Parts: sequence; C-alpha cells; structure tokens
Amino acid sequence: MSAARPVTWRGWLLTETPSSRRQAAWGRRYRMWLAFSSNPVAMLGLVLTVLLFLCAAAAPLLATHDPAAQDLANRLAKPTAAHWFGTDELGRDVYSRVMYGSRVTLGMVLAVVLTAGPVGLAIGCMAGYFGGWADRVLMRVTDIFLAFPRLILALAFVAAIRPGITSTVAAIALTAWPPIARLARAETLTIRNTDYIAAMRLTGAGPFRIILRHVAPLCLDSLIVRVTLDMSAIILTAAALGFLGMGVQPPSPEWGAMVATARRFILEQWWVPTIPGLAIFVAALAFNLLGDGVRDVLDPKQR
Amino acid sequence: MIDVENLSVRFRDIEAVKSVSFRVPHGGSLGIVGESGSGKSTILRALAGLNADWTGRMAVDGVPLVPRRDRAFFRRVQMVFQDPYGSLHPRQTVDQALSEPLAVHGIPDGEARVRRALDEVALPGTIRFRYPHQLSGGQRQRVAIARALMTEPEVLLLDEPTSALDVSVQAEILNLLADLQRRRDLTSIMVSHNLAVVAHLCPTIAVMQLGEIVEMLSTDDLRAGRTTHPHTTALRALSVELQES
Repeated sequence: MSAARPVTWRGWLLTETPSSRRQAAWGRRYRMWLAFSSNPVAMLGLVLTVLLFLCAAAAPLLATHDPAAQDLANRLAKPTAAHWFGTDELGRDVYSRVMYGSRVTLGMVLAVVLTAGPVGLAIGCMAGYFGGWADRVLMRVTDIFLAFPRLILALAFVAAIRPGITSTVAAIALTAWPPIARLARAETLTIRNTDYIAAMRLTGAGPFRIILRHVAPLCLDSLIVRVTLDMSAIILTAAALGFLGMGVQPPSPEWGAMVATARRFILEQWWVPTIPGLAIFVAALAFNLLGDGVRDVLDPKQR
Repeated sequence: MIDVENLSVRFRDIEAVKSVSFRVPHGGSLGIVGESGSGKSTILRALAGLNADWTGRMAVDGVPLVPRRDRAFFRRVQMVFQDPYGSLHPRQTVDQALSEPLAVHGIPDGEARVRRALDEVALPGTIRFRYPHQLSGGQRQRVAIARALMTEPEVLLLDEPTSALDVSVQAEILNLLADLQRRRDLTSIMVSHNLAVVAHLCPTIAVMQLGEIVEMLSTDDLRAGRTTHPHTTALRALSVELQES
C-alpha cells in the first residue's frame, strides 16, 4: 500500500477516495473542468463568450469613435484605417457601434434568459409534478402565451408600457418562457413516477423541496440547449422591436437594430448590415457551443 | 405494530387489492408472496403513503393512517424499492442520497451518521462520493437500505429488494436485512414472488392471488408442506422444483 498521501493539489483533487465533502466537491468541479476543457468545441464557445463579455466591459477603451457621433459627409464609407468597419447611413463608426452595441445586446439576452429560464422551469416543473388541476391551469396559460404570435405579444406589451430596454426585455421574456415551460413539463412527467422520486417523497420532503432539488436539476440539460438555441432568436426579436420603434431607442447602438436599419443598403454597401449581423452570429454560436459543452459535463454519466 | 383491516385499493376500474386484513406484531416480519399483478406491491405503496386512493383501516403502532402522511410518519416508516438501478437519483452521490433524509428531518451530526450508515450496510467509505452508475447492483441496494435506515425507522417495507440482483448478491442482501432486523428490532413487511426468499426472512407468510390474501401460514408449515389453499401448494411446488433443478 502506498502510504504517501497525495501531495500535489492535482492529486488532492483527483483522488478516488476524498476524505471530506469539501474535497469531493472540489474534485467534482475539477473533473468537470477537465471534461469541459478536453472538448475543443466547447472551449471555443467559452473563449468566444469570454471575449464578447470583455468587449462589452471594455467598450469605451476599444472603441475608436463616439458611437453616436454623426459625420454626414462621410456616410456609408467603406472600411478604412480610420473606420475599421466603415460607417453607417449617418456616418457613425460601425466598429465603435458594434463594441458599444455588445453591451446593450448581451445585456438584454442575459436579462431575458435569466428571467424566462427560471420562470419557465418553475412553471413547467410544477405543472408536471403536481398534475391534475394545477397542470391544467398552468398549461392552458402557457398555451395562451404560445398561441399568440411572439412579436405581436411583445409589441402589445411594449406599447402598453413605454419603449425602452427594460420593457423590451420584459416583453421578450414574456414570450420566451412558454416553450421552456412545455419542455420542463415534458421532462418532469418522465421523472415524477420514478422510484427515486418516490424514495424522496418517503423521506418526508415537501413537494417544493423535491422539485427544486431533485426534479429541476434533471430538466436542466434539455433546458440549457433550448435556451442557448433561443438566444439568437431573442436578439432578432429585440431587433424587430427596435425596427418597429418599440425597442431600444436610437441613437443607442444595438446589433439587431443596426442590422434592421441598414438592411436597405445590403446590395450597395453590404458591410453596413453585415458587420453587426456577424456579431449576432458569433454571439449566438458562442452561446450555443458553450451551452452544449456545459450540458455534456453536467451529466455525471458522461464522465 | 402494523394493523391493516379491509384494505382495498382501486386503480380506476380495477380493484387491485380487495379487502385485505393482516397484522404484524412489534419486531415481527411478514412476507407477502404472489404472482406479478396480485396486488402485493400495491399494499406496500398504500401503507407507505405513496398511493392515497385506498379505503379501509391502517394503523402503525396504534395510530390510524390517513391518506396524507406527516413528516413524523416518514421518520418511522421507510421503504426499500425493487430496482436499485431506479431508486437512486442518477445525479446525486451516495453522500447526498444519505444526507437528504437527515436534512429533511433536521437531524444533526450528518457527517458521522453517513459514515456509520455506510459501515452498517458493509459498504467501504471509499464509495461515499461516487454516483450510482459507478456502483454495482448489490452496492446500490445497500445504499438504498442505508438511506431507508437514516432516520432510524421502526418499520421497514421491502418491495422485492433482491429480485433485480444476481443470485449470489441476493443472499448477501438477505443476510444483511436479517442482520439489521435483529440488531435494530425492526418490524418489517417483505414482498416477493420468490417463496424461498421470503421464507428466509419472515416467520409468517401471506399468499396473495388476484388482490386477495388466500392463505396465511407460518414458514414451518410451508416447509413441511402443510398448505391448505391450492395456489399456495402450486407456488410451493414450483419453488421446490426450481431449487431441485
């Protein structure tokens, strides 16, 4: 028997026989990270996501121009040394606007995901777990929201309050939770009658504790994928709202709105709508790859 | 300790259990045998509070049971399920599975209790932070038994605890259960379709057919072949045949 205790921190983390809960928990996290970092696609997603958030945080440092400064003499200019991505229809620097726009766009996406995700998960899990009339009521409400065209519901909501970032986020979140709830309910239905949930009920745990600690974690897998796939749709809905004058108000830069307003130049000055479009594409892709990687490591069976 | 009188359980239009009565004395252990679908597991689930659609009278230690059980009930009555692959949460380590009952009941000193519980079911401490899929079937069933014992219950309901296991592992689990029962002075009901398994653990056996208890007899009577109901005789003959072949 090798009496030597693992001396390196790596050995301490990776030991097969952790001696305390703390060690086991950190070992688990480290193993997750090892699994995650050995997946190059997921790492690409992580790197891109980190870069995007760095851009958003450091926008004032990275931007070469004031994103709102107009220069009508130099409108729709080609990319040059002075304007790396050219200028838009009001002569504003596209590069600086993309940098500042990442703040608005990423912020909105995160806010929508962080509100719609938990709400959808909670409603879906409760409907699935309780069944009966709770299921019927919650799912009919979900169906009503699903039946409305997304954009129209968001429009009505924003029009009822007042246009701006907050109401845009609220409106999109309002339309984003029903598919998540449906998904969570379907997952919960397959889980609720298993023996391990019966065993949890036999511990005397209340239904909310069971849902929170034992049902919801199992719904997270499919939810993460769904939400990351939804992120690009969220950006585009925000753009559509902005285009209709109900979203982020000009002159504040927002990727979706930039694409929307520059659409008419796509044949002659293609770079004007393409650059923010690429930014949306990269952000959506990054979230997607990251979400896929996270889902893979969350399942302990895959390790 | 356990009194059941005229218990009936319905699933929509099928009466799965028809007016069943029995009693298990304190420290005693009753075996229920019968074919699949004879309603034996249904009795256990109704008794454990997992199925609220029953009629009749059930009492544990003189306290009548209502369809909705309170937390104190689950501290006294616990259950071990048939399939050890399905009764442990796939995303929780052994440590989490064993700590959960303690957390629910606010029992202090979890760390030491989990270690003692693993010891009691003869599991090495090294598996404490493993996930169920990293354990063998027998180890999983030991974890499930340890979990059921975390709250120090007086009544243990066993729903075919060995039928999903290898024959050699079955014997180990049965010996463990017999041992625990003696040491902890547990009152238990064990459901199985295997007469030999039940006879190993329970002095009294109830034979079920189509939702009714057709015969109650002692294990000695069964061994000696003193059966009265044809279904019991048939089950015994089958069991003997299987053992001899």
